[in-house]
Amino acid sequence: MDGEELTEEETALYDRQIRVWGVDAQKRLSKAHILVRGLNGTAVEFCKNMVLAGIGSLTLMDDRSVTEDVLQSNFLIPPDEAYYSGRSLDELCCESLKDFNPMVRVSVEKGDLSQFDGEFFDKFDAVVLSCCSLKTKKAINEKCRRRPRRVAFYAIECRDSCGEIFVDLQKYTYIQVMSSYVAPCLDYILDCYKHGCLDTSDASKKSDGTAECQLNYPSLEEAISIAWRDLPRKVSKVYFAMRVIERFELSEGRNPGETSISDLPLILKMRKELCDAQSLGESYIPTSLLERILAAGGKEHPPVCAILGGVLGQEVIKAISGKGDPLKNFFYFDTADGKGIIEDMSNSSTS
Amino acid sequence: MASGSQLEAIKRAKVLMVGAGGIGCELLKTLALSGFRDIYIIDMDTIEVSNLNRQFLFRQSHVGQSKAKVARDAVLKFRPHINITPCHANIKDPEFDVEFFKKFNVVLNGLDNLDARRHVNRLCLAAEVPLVESGTTGFLGQVTVHVKGKTECYECQPKPTPKTYPVCTITSTPSKFVHCIVWAKDLLFAKLFGDKNQENDLNVRSSDGTNSTNHTEDVFERRTDEDPEQYACKIYDHVFGYNIEVALTNEETWKSRNKPRPLYVRDVLPDNLIQQNGSLENSVTEESVVSSMSSLGLKNPQDIWSLSENSKIFLEALRLFIERRQKDIGNLTFDKDDQLAVEFVTAAANIRASSFGIPLHSLFEAKGIAGNIVHAVATTNAIIAGLIVIEAIKILQGDFENLRMTYCLEHPSRKMLLMPVQPFEANKSCYVCSETPLLLEINTRTSKLRDFVEKIVKNKLGMHSPLIMHGSTLIFEAGDGLEEDVVANYALILDKALAELPAPVTSGTVLTVEDLHQEFSCNINIKHREEFDEEKEPDGMVLAGWIAPTQKDARIVSNGESTSAAHPAVTEMVEKSDDVEIAREKPGTKRKLSEMSEMIDHVHDIKPCSSHDVGDQVHPQEVEDNDDDDDIVILDENPETRKKKRLQ
Ligand SMILES: [Zn+2]
Repeated sequence: MDGEELTEEETALYDRQIRVWGVDAQKRLSKAHILVRGLNGTAVEFCKNMVLAGIGSLTLMDDRSVTEDVLQSNFLIPPDEAYYSGRSLDELCCESLKDFNPMVRVSVEKGDLSQFDGEFFDKFDAVVLSCCSLKTKKAINEKCRRRPRRVAFYAIECRDSCGEIFVDLQKYTYIQVMSSYVAPCLDYILDCYKHGCLDTSDASKKSDGTAECQLNYPSLEEAISIAWRDLPRKVSKVYFAMRVIERFELSEGRNPGETSISDLPLILKMRKELCDAQSLGESYIPTSLLERILAAGGKEHPPVCAILGGVLGQEVIKAISGKGDPLKNFFYFDTADGKGIIEDMSNSSTS
Repeated sequence: MASGSQLEAIKRAKVLMVGAGGIGCELLKTLALSGFRDIYIIDMDTIEVSNLNRQFLFRQSHVGQSKAKVARDAVLKFRPHINITPCHANIKDPEFDVEFFKKFNVVLNGLDNLDARRHVNRLCLAAEVPLVESGTTGFLGQVTVHVKGKTECYECQPKPTPKTYPVCTITSTPSKFVHCIVWAKDLLFAKLFGDKNQENDLNVRSSDGTNSTNHTEDVFERRTDEDPEQYACKIYDHVFGYNIEVALTNEETWKSRNKPRPLYVRDVLPDNLIQQNGSLENSVTEESVVSSMSSLGLKNPQDIWSLSENSKIFLEALRLFIERRQKDIGNLTFDKDDQLAVEFVTAAANIRASSFGIPLHSLFEAKGIAGNIVHAVATTNAIIAGLIVIEAIKILQGDFENLRMTYCLEHPSRKMLLMPVQPFEANKSCYVCSETPLLLEINTRTSKLRDFVEKIVKNKLGMHSPLIMHGSTLIFEAGDGLEEDVVANYALILDKALAELPAPVTSGTVLTVEDLHQEFSCNINIKHREEFDEEKEPDGMVLAGWIAPTQKDARIVSNGESTSAAHPAVTEMVEKSDDVEIAREKPGTKRKLSEMSEMIDHVHDIKPCSSHDVGDQVHPQEVEDNDDDDDIVILDENPETRKKKRLQ
């Protein structure tokens, strides 16, 4: 990549990660601008990862004030009322994040993002939404999709000890490295384990060649309107649970996470309606899972925040650097089974 | 969110965290957020600039301070009322004994080296405290759980240890760039700037006919009046020219290999011979860092220099060492943070590579190989730390059924980026957690006790204060607190061949080796063998029942001092320059070049074995998915075949 070289300071600070993704990727990162709307624990983990990675700028939006739920999964804000009272979440996080890496500009944007013109989004390479309604997510996703230059769109939610990431890179072209190590089979991985060694980091060096690869991502609206019977077999149950809860919050006019176990009867009714309409057995969305999510309300399980924030961080780094196979288009993690699963949910017309 | 019973278990738990580095910072944060209230954290390291891209609890202003202490202070800012005890110490210190380990409900490792991992494993076994082990490299990572009596221990599976090369590969027939790096660093650099008394396999003699009276003189000895530039040229011509010519005379060597090209300053730099480059002026202005790159105007460490640029760097760096770093000469060991040393080693390795037709590398890459630098990013560490906490909570709740080992992959396998696997059962012939004896094939007539202690007891078995018994006779012990005369006596006995010891060790002898600190002991059956293959068995002895003796593994030598950086056994490494060195040993100990460790152990050197040739291969089997969430991978092991393999 052309353009100015990294400074000596940058080379020293980023040495270990340049060894992972190369100088060009680091240069691209240092010019990338990222917007994060909604600063729950998962989003904060993501922000930390991006600031450490050395992006150009990070813009934060969340004018909520600090609550106990917020503090529970946030490591950026000291639990000192005298310190945080009267200040919004985005200002507090901004102050703390700036300190992590002086080479990254961290700032706060005020206002209602869903009211902003499309042009506002042109400033950004990636937009990440968290704890906002399905309606807002869809609207902003559409705005990003209409921009002349691609604005990568991500939505991330953590409920209790499970979570979901949605990715929309629109039309995404990248150079895929064809290598015998690209998709190591299970036997290979276990064999490496037996040798105490699991490393494919130099896969690119012994590549069997490269191929240009194009991915077409559906919008959030398109993705979640795919008939459930047309979805891939054995889709994560969290996917369905999230759709039920999301629908419930929307119909009740609640903010994300504003639920409690007392909502269970209404949720079960919502599940029945959706399952009937989609001809899916209700047992596919276990009551225990819904209970778990409702009981947690707006609380997140910190280890899951770290995992989701880490996976999203890697995805955004991939999309910005153009290196590595990006995730398409949903990711799930649930402590109940411990799996971190990629689900491709794009119907035939969009994929 | 944690349930009520979970929260109770978390609040009550006493946790020992070993390591406050890449994984450690993330782990301490996630533990504190998850409600843990009593955390003891041990780390012997101090903070470096290159940590700051991922060890987010640290700032520029903390460079040089204790990781454990700064990490504690940073976490207390957002969780002021929890109890974090930092300890700036080595986990291997005797104060951290079995009694100490017994105080904890669970031990969480965020370590960077094999040696410390093995040590913690043994103490956890002895104290019967569950262990959650972890490691990352680049985008890859793994979390494993080890509960005595329920799962395998950390050492049930052999771990690849630093690779070694036959002496001749390094001195005469390099075929990879890493061979050139090892040569430049461990031979040439060590010879020029290191301890003069250190054994070194570099040919330093010149029998150049022009100066027959001096032909036995050490070319590397610089006469006090000798001009530094002339000296640099002389060294260049000797190691890249003369020594290659000598090697070429051995025609047998080159029958199946490409012949190297001798290089001389006069050919590579015809116009530049002894040219000043204006560098003398530079050296007058006091620069903070002495660098041949800056005096030659080369800026980008990513560039691959030409042969002539490398040659200029070589001569300039050598000159700068003599003129500006005279006081260091004689006691330098390679340090990846020493700019001039990295420049010199890069240039020397590249010139040698050029001579042997091996592709050249940039300073950035050469530094990575020579300094054994491991790839590391924040995101993987964050994910792994999250997974550690999830397993730790299961352990605290006594939910052993649901324990999982998890792999963080770069490319999904069966849709999974995070792949949980049921923990393996303990290996019944594991020499650490079972009673099964090991078998050592060794030439008892020629091998000295020292070889056995260094190569087997310390390096392979990872003991630090060993006690060696022959029946009820104590043969040898090492460690602190021994009487002087006892130490002197052992020093004498170390150089005796095994069969000539006061209690002779011969074929059929059973030795008991014990480390009281680790509360670990094992028996070794000795079998005499006359000859060993120098290429495949560079140790001159073979320990079985531990590493499955495949061809590939035969070259791998455990290096007790190394961080397992060696093999990216998925390890977040601390960058310790001495890790990649030929381990410096106690004076008087001869260290063979053949034990030289390459710290970067690429996966392509460890080929997946096909299932028929490895008896103890696990057979992964996917369980029929009965539409439940639990289609974890079940590993069906066959204890019979495993046992057979291990005893052969
Ligand atoms: Zn074991």
